[in-house]
Amino acid sequence: MSDALTSGPPPGAGLTAPDLSARSRPGEAVIKALLLLAAVLSIGITFGIVAAIIGPTIEFFQQVPVGQFFATKDIGSQDIRPAVVPLMMGTAITTAIALVVAVPFGLGAAMYLSEYASKRARKWLKPTVELLAGVPSVVYGFFAVYFVTQIVLQGWLGLEVSFFNSWSAGLVLGVMIIPTVASLAEDALSAVPQALRQGSFAMGANRMQTTLRVVFPAALSGIAAAVVLGLSRAVGETMIVTMAGGAAKNMSLDPGEGRQTMTAFIAQTAQGETPVGTPGYNMLFAVALLLFAITFVINAVSIAIVRRFRQAY
Amino acid sequence: MSVAASTASEVTLATIASGRTRDRDIKSLLFLGALWFSLFFGIMVLLALIIDTAIAGAPRLDGNLFTRFESTLFPERTGFKAGIVGSLWLMATTALLAIPLGIAAALHLEEFADGTRWYNKLIEVNLQNLAAVPSIIYGMLAGAIMSFLGFAFGGIVIGGAIALALLILPVVIITTREAVRAVPQDIRQASLALGATPWQTTWRQTLPSAVPGIATGTILGLSRAIGEAAPLILVGIATVRFLPTGLDSKVTALPIQIFNLSSNSQEAFQTAASAAIIVLLVMVLAMNAVAIIIRNKFQKSW
Amino acid sequence: MASHPATFSTSTPEEPRFDVYSAIEGEQTIGEVPAEAVMEADGLNVFYGDFHAVHDVNLQFGKNEITAMIGPSGCGKSTVLRCLNRMNDLVAGARVEGSVLYHGQNIYEKKVDPIAVRTHIGMVFQKPNPFPKSIYDNIAYGPRVTGMKVDSMDDLVEEALRGAALWDEVKDKLKQSAYGLSGGQQQRLCIARTIATKPDVILMDEPCSALDPIATSKIEDLMMQLRDEYTIIVVTHNMQQAARVSDRTAFFTAKPDETTGNRTGLLVEFDRTKQLFSNPFDKRTEDYISGRFG
Repeated sequence: MSDALTSGPPPGAGLTAPDLSARSRPGEAVIKALLLLAAVLSIGITFGIVAAIIGPTIEFFQQVPVGQFFATKDIGSQDIRPAVVPLMMGTAITTAIALVVAVPFGLGAAMYLSEYASKRARKWLKPTVELLAGVPSVVYGFFAVYFVTQIVLQGWLGLEVSFFNSWSAGLVLGVMIIPTVASLAEDALSAVPQALRQGSFAMGANRMQTTLRVVFPAALSGIAAAVVLGLSRAVGETMIVTMAGGAAKNMSLDPGEGRQTMTAFIAQTAQGETPVGTPGYNMLFAVALLLFAITFVINAVSIAIVRRFRQAY
Repeated sequence: MSVAASTASEVTLATIASGRTRDRDIKSLLFLGALWFSLFFGIMVLLALIIDTAIAGAPRLDGNLFTRFESTLFPERTGFKAGIVGSLWLMATTALLAIPLGIAAALHLEEFADGTRWYNKLIEVNLQNLAAVPSIIYGMLAGAIMSFLGFAFGGIVIGGAIALALLILPVVIITTREAVRAVPQDIRQASLALGATPWQTTWRQTLPSAVPGIATGTILGLSRAIGEAAPLILVGIATVRFLPTGLDSKVTALPIQIFNLSSNSQEAFQTAASAAIIVLLVMVLAMNAVAIIIRNKFQKSW
Repeated sequence: MASHPATFSTSTPEEPRFDVYSAIEGEQTIGEVPAEAVMEADGLNVFYGDFHAVHDVNLQFGKNEITAMIGPSGCGKSTVLRCLNRMNDLVAGARVEGSVLYHGQNIYEKKVDPIAVRTHIGMVFQKPNPFPKSIYDNIAYGPRVTGMKVDSMDDLVEEALRGAALWDEVKDKLKQSAYGLSGGQQQRLCIARTIATKPDVILMDEPCSALDPIATSKIEDLMMQLRDEYTIIVVTHNMQQAARVSDRTAFFTAKPDETTGNRTGLLVEFDRTKQLFSNPFDKRTEDYISGRFG
């Protein structure tokens, strides 16, 4: 019975108690602190980016009126060309062409890998497609200028395009982001439960109908996230548009002409010898802040979509 | 029922069950063809790129390419020694910066962090965001860090390495976390039950088991770094005609040399650039291959 | 033997029988306690967040005895075991009330180092979990990390492997991976690894549940050999195993909360194994060991 507990010798009587007292392990504590520091540093990077960009940006807007920055044409007496809208236009047109390539091809590849390819085929097809993202962007840029523009567009197709033009920059950029779209979209399609497919087959649908009408809609939010991430990559890519897109501000909508994008502006200006503190130098940072803000919003949208998509199953 | 008839009916039942016959109509075949084309379009472009570059660069795949510096006087003998050696310097320095830092951050998040704390959640969201920041922005941050540290000149090894390390840090952290997460909990518990401290457990059990996964991710990250040019431009790296002697000496990189030559209209330079692209592609593809081999060879099924 | 004939229960295990809980609500039956206890759980309560996982356990673990903890799944026996060397510390949100005395010292006191506790109170897990290292390094790991003063590591490894009745099977392949061993050998390696750090208590969490009957009987033989030097506390699902190897048995059960339905584990009866299996005091124990419940 319970009162038996109190009778008998006290536990551990006659035994020497081993020393269990807490040891100080300074090494352990130091290491943990260092690991935490490393992780916190990643937040520091984000703040660092903002801090590094914001100072010169503020200085820029003291030197140049906001209206001249958000203008479609370069106006004002300064010896800089402050209009950012043509640069945003350049980014928009190049990105649009890239998405026209990357979305259908990326989704097509994803559907093939997820719905048609055998497990073995997928095992080597997927890494091969992903290699496209591993090719350095200067290589793509060189290819865009000397192969796509000169041989394909001007030669084979006989198009009247300038040496620098948005067609070749956008098309090659699109090829570069195919793997981004394909890989994420394939994950989304593969996550669709098998039961949905079986249900569709059981009702007499064929594979195409099942893929397009059942699997694709079920994976739509994941696919949307894939496209949004591809968009973010296209907006931020620099070398292809710098090498193949030209260095002229251009508000026309003709992709056969060259135009500078936001990233190309930053790279091309940084190459020049612009003295620190001048409006021309500070404008780099104003454009960079705008670019960072745009990609930040796009990423936030993509993360939000992925969150919702994860809750779905 | 004859054998033939029963076989036929079985076949029909099987095809009905799998829906195969209805995959043979013209619309389905066109659809499948379109999917095939999507998949192979990218691969065809990659092949076109490699073949075109190989043909254009073949005449210059000679010794001078590796042993000489860039020469404006003799375009047909110009070389990429400074770029190749510079890229190796940059990659090694980048690895020294990014790998320990990335692994440390990943270990904190996976092994020591209390995931319910707000700051750990903030770190998570922040990492997802950093992974998609344009590379050129990292170049600007590195430039700011360099002037903060008081370096008067741009274009030096440590500046470029900081830019590239910032760029690949999210990749290293994310892949290390995946590798660490894949190590079974059993191993950690066994170690702790023997009286090992949490750090001893991490250092002697978890980390060694995660090495193949970490190596794969890190090599892929470095292969991205070696091909990058945009962030290097932002820290002032341009073409030079000598080899670096230390972390504070001026340096160039293979992608930067290629970029600078691409705007030169002399054909000899473009031939040389094509040859340099082949060298760069070989480096990048070799690193990718090594990463995939490590992944396939050491992938443990626990 | 139980006074009831062992018949198939008509009620499902999930469906609690009213008479099981009504017998002596909330009370523990403590029979004959060990003369010399190495460890003692005193008013032990465990919570996971708001969930009360284990309610008020009082137990004494005798020196050089094997104590078995049995009971239906979810009765908290593994949770109690994990409290005995503070492995529960590693579960996020786990909280322990009451005390666990080891040689009279409460291991949950603030000044106590959980890592030091674990070097004295070793643990063997349900699934064999050798490290992905050589057999030799598996054994040497504990002494190395705890900074044990060892004259000859080779001798220590041999001693531990002999202690776990594994030496003859592995002496020619000490440098080979532990993953090459069979499941039963792996589990004995895990026992060898534990005794290499010279603990005086070994906790075993269902050590045979992943093993075949032959490997199981080898482990059981080993447990009885180890009893001469160590105090062993074993959680088992297998009542026959408890009856075969243990000196004392603690029977736990789970009581669902009336509102939330969460099952709280509680100790029902603790006595000499022979006594508990042949003449249980509590009706719940009797129903369980006669196969009518759980």
